[in-house]
Amino acid sequence: MAFKEINSPFNQEQAELLNRLLPTLTEAQKSWLSGYLSASQTTGSSIPVDSDNQKAAEAGGSPQTVETGSREVTILFGSETGNGQALAEELAQKLEERNFKVVLSALDDFKPKNLKKVQDLLIVTATHGEGDPPDNAISFHEFLHSRKAPKLKDLRFSILSLGDQSYEFFCQTGKDFDKRLEELGGERLYQRIDCDVDFDEPAAEWVEGVLSKLDEGREAEQTNDQSALPEEATQTKQPTFSRKNPFKAEILENLTLSGRGSNKETRHLELSLEGSNFEFEPGDSLGIFPENDPDLVDKLINEMNWNPEEAVPINKKGDTNSLREALLHNFEITILTKPLLQKASELYANEQLDELLKPEREKERKAYIDGRDLLDLVQDFPPYREVPAKEFIKILRKIPARLYSIASSYQANPDEVHLTVGTVRYKAHGRDRVGVCSGQFSERVQPGALLPVYVHRNPNFKFPTDPEKPVIMIGPGTGVAPYRSFLEEREETDTKGKTWLFFGDQHFSTDFLYQVDWQKWLKEGILSRMDVAFSRDTDEKVYVQHRMLEKSRELYQWLEEGANVYVCGDEKHMAKDVHDTLLTILEQEGAMSLEEAESYLAEMRKQKRYQRDVY
Amino acid sequence: MAEKEFPVQHGKPSDLERIKGDSHYLRGTIAEGLEDPITGALSDDDTKLLKFHGSYQQDDRDLRNERRKQKLEPAYQFMVRVRAPGGVATPEQWLAMDDVARKYGDGSLKLTTRQSFQMHGVLKWNLKKNMQEINSVLMDTLAACGDVNRNVMCNPNPYQSEVHAEVYDWAQNLSEYLSPKTSAYHEIWLDKEKVVDSRESEEVEPMYGSLYLPRKFKIGIAVPPSNDVDVFSQDLGFIAILEEGELKGFNVAVGGGMGMTHGDTNTYPQLARVIGFIPADKIVEVAEKVITIQRDYGNRSDRKNARFKYTVDARGLDWVKQELNERLGWDIEEPRPYYFEHNGDRYGWVKGGGRWHLTLFIQNGRIRDFEDYQLMTGLQEIAKVHTGDFRLTPNQNLIIANVTSQKKRKINELVEKFGLTEGKQHSALRRNSMACVAFPTCGLAMAESERYLPSLLDKIESILEEAGLREEEIVIRMSGCPNGCSRPALAEIAFIGKAPGKYNMYLGGGFSGGRLNKLYRENIGEEEILGSLRPILFRYAEEREEGEHFGDYVIRAGYVEEVHSGLDFHKETNKV
Ligand code: SRM
Ligand SMILES: Cc1cc2nc3c(=O)[nH]c(=O)nc-3n(C[C@H](O)[C@H](O)[C@H](O)COP(=O)(O)OP(=O)(O)OC[C@H]3O[C@@H](n4cnc5c(N)ncnc54)[C@H](O)[C@@H]3O)c2cc1C
Ligand SMILES: Cc1cc2nc3c(=O)[nH]c(=O)nc-3n(C[C@H](O)[C@H](O)[C@H](O)COP(=O)(O)O)c2cc1C
Ligand code: SF4
Repeated sequence: MAFKEINSPFNQEQAELLNRLLPTLTEAQKSWLSGYLSASQTTGSSIPVDSDNQKAAEAGGSPQTVETGSREVTILFGSETGNGQALAEELAQKLEERNFKVVLSALDDFKPKNLKKVQDLLIVTATHGEGDPPDNAISFHEFLHSRKAPKLKDLRFSILSLGDQSYEFFCQTGKDFDKRLEELGGERLYQRIDCDVDFDEPAAEWVEGVLSKLDEGREAEQTNDQSALPEEATQTKQPTFSRKNPFKAEILENLTLSGRGSNKETRHLELSLEGSNFEFEPGDSLGIFPENDPDLVDKLINEMNWNPEEAVPINKKGDTNSLREALLHNFEITILTKPLLQKASELYANEQLDELLKPEREKERKAYIDGRDLLDLVQDFPPYREVPAKEFIKILRKIPARLYSIASSYQANPDEVHLTVGTVRYKAHGRDRVGVCSGQFSERVQPGALLPVYVHRNPNFKFPTDPEKPVIMIGPGTGVAPYRSFLEEREETDTKGKTWLFFGDQHFSTDFLYQVDWQKWLKEGILSRMDVAFSRDTDEKVYVQHRMLEKSRELYQWLEEGANVYVCGDEKHMAKDVHDTLLTILEQEGAMSLEEAESYLAEMRKQKRYQRDVY
Repeated sequence: MAEKEFPVQHGKPSDLERIKGDSHYLRGTIAEGLEDPITGALSDDDTKLLKFHGSYQQDDRDLRNERRKQKLEPAYQFMVRVRAPGGVATPEQWLAMDDVARKYGDGSLKLTTRQSFQMHGVLKWNLKKNMQEINSVLMDTLAACGDVNRNVMCNPNPYQSEVHAEVYDWAQNLSEYLSPKTSAYHEIWLDKEKVVDSRESEEVEPMYGSLYLPRKFKIGIAVPPSNDVDVFSQDLGFIAILEEGELKGFNVAVGGGMGMTHGDTNTYPQLARVIGFIPADKIVEVAEKVITIQRDYGNRSDRKNARFKYTVDARGLDWVKQELNERLGWDIEEPRPYYFEHNGDRYGWVKGGGRWHLTLFIQNGRIRDFEDYQLMTGLQEIAKVHTGDFRLTPNQNLIIANVTSQKKRKINELVEKFGLTEGKQHSALRRNSMACVAFPTCGLAMAESERYLPSLLDKIESILEEAGLREEEIVIRMSGCPNGCSRPALAEIAFIGKAPGKYNMYLGGGFSGGRLNKLYRENIGEEEILGSLRPILFRYAEEREEGEHFGDYVIRAGYVEEVHSGLDFHKETNKV
């Protein structure tokens, strides 16, 4: 039939155009058009049909599926220390229980060319470095921002980003993906949510949001399932203790590893996990919820002349705690963030503070925030009115757990966990400051005390069980902790393979952490090589990367033999210097160009042969 | 050759014999060990060999337990002993010792009971530089320790300087001739190029052979009337015989030693015994032959019984004399008369040979800058202007010798300025005291010594005050263990460590080092020490005869029995 003004909603001109166009369309084009029109109605977005869509049509990216059959949901995560991955896995579980087809993988393990086929994409990603993607999201992030990235007109997506307000580029990676996917034509299924370190509640909110959106699209099939929300089922699967329900671990040992005369204070902790049912592998870390310095808390309470006994809410659920307890255990009072300052200035007018928050004074604001805490804030910018604790509490972040690489082997002693902790001390703005958690170990807890802890899996820092695989471990300072766990496990399971440890610190005689352990393992052949760099024993400073360079030939041979490379410890300098040194070695010994060296490492990353745990 | 002469020995060779044998003339794997960055120590075998090079691996025992908890290896460090025949050093050499001790050591120097320098606390990484700088001033550490002839002692006698010069020459000759000939030392420390020694052992070590001696060997030369070198404590002692001020030759004494082991009566301190007289120019030849006797007959199975004194006591003096004459091809003469007055030092300025000599009291031989007493710097300043030499005494003291009259004033000023002392302000007891090193560096120490004796003396001094004995010369010595590094068995009052804070107390040694003392109280702490000394000292003040020394008195008064030979040292006696 042909359209006429009378038998169609079109006017004369439109009808004529249609009559001319329709006969020329292929079936595919027809069905695409119909799908396109129906879809564009639901979103109201109207993008001019251009050649790209033509191609998409040819490629058979057929939106019909919108209506028919259960959709396949792709969940990709970018995660270094495991939070993101854990959330992604929870989400996958929930979807499967709702009979969704789920594809779950790390961003980098996902083949970019398949992206075009994806219908619903959910990304959970952390941000690391200084606003950089997590190690297992780097190449995906690169691809997506390159010209090679495909148009994604029929993609629905949503982003959950994990981050930390105390970093300048808060949740940057999540924001990047969100922005870029939209640019590429994707449709936002549910708004992005940026989580601060206390991410439980916002993350849960995002999951619910995403689920309901997905459900909408298929009420049809959704008959009975809704009722069977298997919360309990999943609960029982997890160990009774977790981050949300930490285990109270008794401190068995708490001593300084640093010998007399050291400039540093590095501590060794042994905690009892008896009765926790925790299991862990080398590379995992232990999360600890620290307690703020009572002295600081009391000063703060005085400063604000609050009543320490007053009951205050400690979460959205409405649980309460006495103010003093809450400030000790529930809230962060030692780090200032821009949002905190903003909320503070909204809460109580203080011109100077408002002034400081003006965009043009960003520099000063950053400088001010650095190394200051809540006490500074209320002293430097006193409220003009009595601010009730209840109100004030609302603007504070939950105190985040601190992670510590586990330095002992579960196989060797399942009821214990050992940690290696560098005490954070610095003077800033006329006050001596101590890290909350490390300071607690150093100054406030003795053996016998209990600490709320949980095991924090780190799937992205795992050692090979196959003894044939050479292992290169780079871990100056406290970064050496996971290697103690790994070698202790190898000793326990009596596994001997090629292993090479690079360690460094300030002084041989005082800072050679776990010296006698390495010596023992070297003797037993559990550890086959060890190189050390003590930066302050010689006139010119030497660091691990210098030792690596000295041994570049052997090191390259190991790489060629398929060695895994592990880097753990300081993020700001070490990790980068070591990375650059690896590149140099590849250039030198492998006669590669910088580009080739870089892709060599990128490839190693993909194959999980280059793993890092830096902080 | 040498090896083939060995008589059949009972028991299998001690492990050290194996180590020496495999060491390829003291090389071992020391050079490699110095390079190992994972530990501040050397391998066990190498530490044994290192002694021959003049260094002991030690660790700071004050920190041992603490570091074990910290999962750190012990605070390994090295003691370096510098060979200085007769204890003579030039100002330049003094300044070098001072500098090295400050740079690589713990900032102190120890003047030892054998007239040499020790520095403590040298880290492995600095050991080589340390050795090189010592050698750069023509001193060395080779054979300062180990199963070889040790630093040759010689009376630093400022009184008869021309004789001293002569005797000192002999000491140097001995030291030179008797030192090991292997080039290992120069390879390892002085970067001389390696030689793979395929030569026969008698070419490499003509006297010692590849296994060196069964045990350390010690030689000392005394010039009467002073027995400051404790000639009877030496494996081989020479007593200069002077006739109208001329050196005629030496009496030869053999088989002395101080070391013993608690609870093992087969080990004992012993006096060397005079077996004859030799002309001066035969001294090196005689020393060599005596040493070869010990090389061939000394016990190589049980190191506790390996010192020459046991070889001598096992076979008798006549046998030794006969064996010696045979090896010499001529007979040594009958001993000549001699007389010793004392074994202590004489402090203060004396003139001799037209030059001035100042003997300073150095408590326990430890030179360091104390807060209120800049001893080390003071001596450094003196060394900068001094034109004569320094002489380390066998009592851990120091002589600034051969001072010209012009320089005397300048040096006196410095002595005043830095409060250096002749010990006048101290009791005669303290001026005659010695303590070995012991804690924290000595690996064998059972009790404190150097760090403790001074405070014990404070308390004994107040008893002496009361008893009116402040100026009475009494020889008192303390050792942290029965090895007897301060030669305690020869002191009138001696303490030998048994356990922290606990000592065996000995009485009755001879004032001139001619008689061993005897156990008086066992395993006692400070209170009992003072408690038991007090009445004896008071009675001594009362009852002593004209010029009677404390050591003689306690025997006369029956506190202890006289000991005639080391063989009676442990003999059970009816103690008072
Ligand atoms: C530094 C010195 C004591 C002092 O305060 O001056 C000393 C210090 C040590 N002596 Fe000694 N001896 C020192 C003179 C003596 C003397 C006195 C003497 O030779 O006139 C004796 C007693 C005489 C003798 O040899 O019988 C002596 C008998 C020993 C012995 C016991 C030997 C024995 O026959 O049993 C040992 C242990 C051993 O050799 O097994 C020993 C071992 C040691 C060692 C090296 C401990 C060790 O073997 O690990 C001590 C080092 C402590 C430290 O930290 O410095 N030292 N030692 C003396 C260095 C002399 C030198 O410059 O060469
Ligand atoms: C996966 C992972 C593994 C980890 N493993 C270990 C480990 O094995 N051992 C270990 O010791 N740590 C480890 N950490 C670090 C650890 O989690 C804590 O961050 C660290 O102990 C500090 O926590 P704190 O509460 O003591 O200090 P906080 O109270 O958190 O204070 C630290 C903050 O103080 C501020 N600050 C520090 N120094 C200065 C200065 N000079 N000037 C101004 N401000 C300053 C900075 O803002 C810094 O973030 C790990 C971290 C991660 C993420
Ligand atoms: C070394 C390091 C650097 C980080 N840098 C940032 C950052 O630049 N911006 C940010 O928002 N969060 C940053 N964070 C916080 C993490 O994103 C946050 O801890 C997140 O929960 C980690 O998730 P994951 O366990 O999945 O890696 C950083 C964390 C670490 C350990
Ligand atoms: S006597 Fe014993 S404690 Fe004293 S230095 Fe000699 S070996 Fe050490």
